[in-house]
Amino acid sequence: MTALASVAFEISISIGGLPVVVRTDSSEFSDLLKDRYGSFVNSALDPVFELDVELIPSVTTYEDEDLTVRVEHGRWILDRGDFHAECDPVRRHGWVRQSSNPYSIDGVLRILHSLLLAEHGGLLVHAASAVRNGKAFLFSGVSGAGKTTISRLAPPDAQVLTDEISYVRRTKSGYEACGTPFAGELARIGVNLSAPLEALYFLVQGPENRIEPIQPVEAARKLLRNILFFAHDEALVRMVFQSALDFANTVPVSKLIFTPDNRVWELIR
Amino acid sequence: MNVYPARSNQIAARMLGDEMMIMSPRDATLFSLNEAGALIWQSADGHTPVSEIVQRVCQEFDVEPDEARADVESFLSELAGHRILNFTEEAQ
Repeated sequence: MTALASVAFEISISIGGLPVVVRTDSSEFSDLLKDRYGSFVNSALDPVFELDVELIPSVTTYEDEDLTVRVEHGRWILDRGDFHAECDPVRRHGWVRQSSNPYSIDGVLRILHSLLLAEHGGLLVHAASAVRNGKAFLFSGVSGAGKTTISRLAPPDAQVLTDEISYVRRTKSGYEACGTPFAGELARIGVNLSAPLEALYFLVQGPENRIEPIQPVEAARKLLRNILFFAHDEALVRMVFQSALDFANTVPVSKLIFTPDNRVWELIR
Repeated sequence: MNVYPARSNQIAARMLGDEMMIMSPRDATLFSLNEAGALIWQSADGHTPVSEIVQRVCQEFDVEPDEARADVESFLSELAGHRILNFTEEAQ
């Protein structure tokens, strides 16, 4: 009998304190992941999910092709032009088929985290976020509202967690924002730290810097428009709806009207 | 003949402040109802007839029965049009 053995490389990528182990038999892909995820790579002993990646030869990929996320027989099925993944939320295990590139696994991880967060009252929000004086602030808005601008204007004592997708976890006492490696226009990955969430601001560019509080109903409506959620599954959508309302009821939400210069940060403390 | 409006059980709904937020998970459409709308929505339990809902609205908001009936029927029809509520001819 011939013993077949293949060398497997395991990389634990911990985002928002949730370690996901990615397993591959390619040392090249393993190195690529370590490089891509930098300080988010750790040696977690207790992963919340494990992904086996099957690499296929590079083909013309279609990252822009419509993403579909559906639940079939209790399994999460993720499809995009450049990857196919199936995850078993009970066994906490999944497999991914993609070519050797960092963008596809990045897409899989974003979706996987949105699903894992949904189970625990957390959210992925289309927002920049930063930590200042030990407190986290979220800056949300449509493309062009100023997420990248406000991140660029951040003073030295503020640490930008992300300029693109904010990771919000539910905690016993409220919420905390966590850095993510999901880069936006700044094209640099966020720092790997977290802090209690102090406020959510919806960005509006205007002639002066000021803050206008938003009532919870309007806050929930705006927040729901800016949550990243991909699954076409009624139970999961219901969970996200409840999470958004909990958030809007708990976290102060305001409009941040700002001129694009660094004086706006005088209001963020 | 009495008609009984019944909220769909395929939706997610919750009070937030004075408003009722409703989401249809099928297409993620979001609705928010004011106090009067929330009272009508909560009364649409499948065993309260429209006539009694009208009475509740009259008591709560001090409106004339004819005006209340027209408003309640129009509002319920609108919700039914969005498929988040339906009508039955017998109490459930």
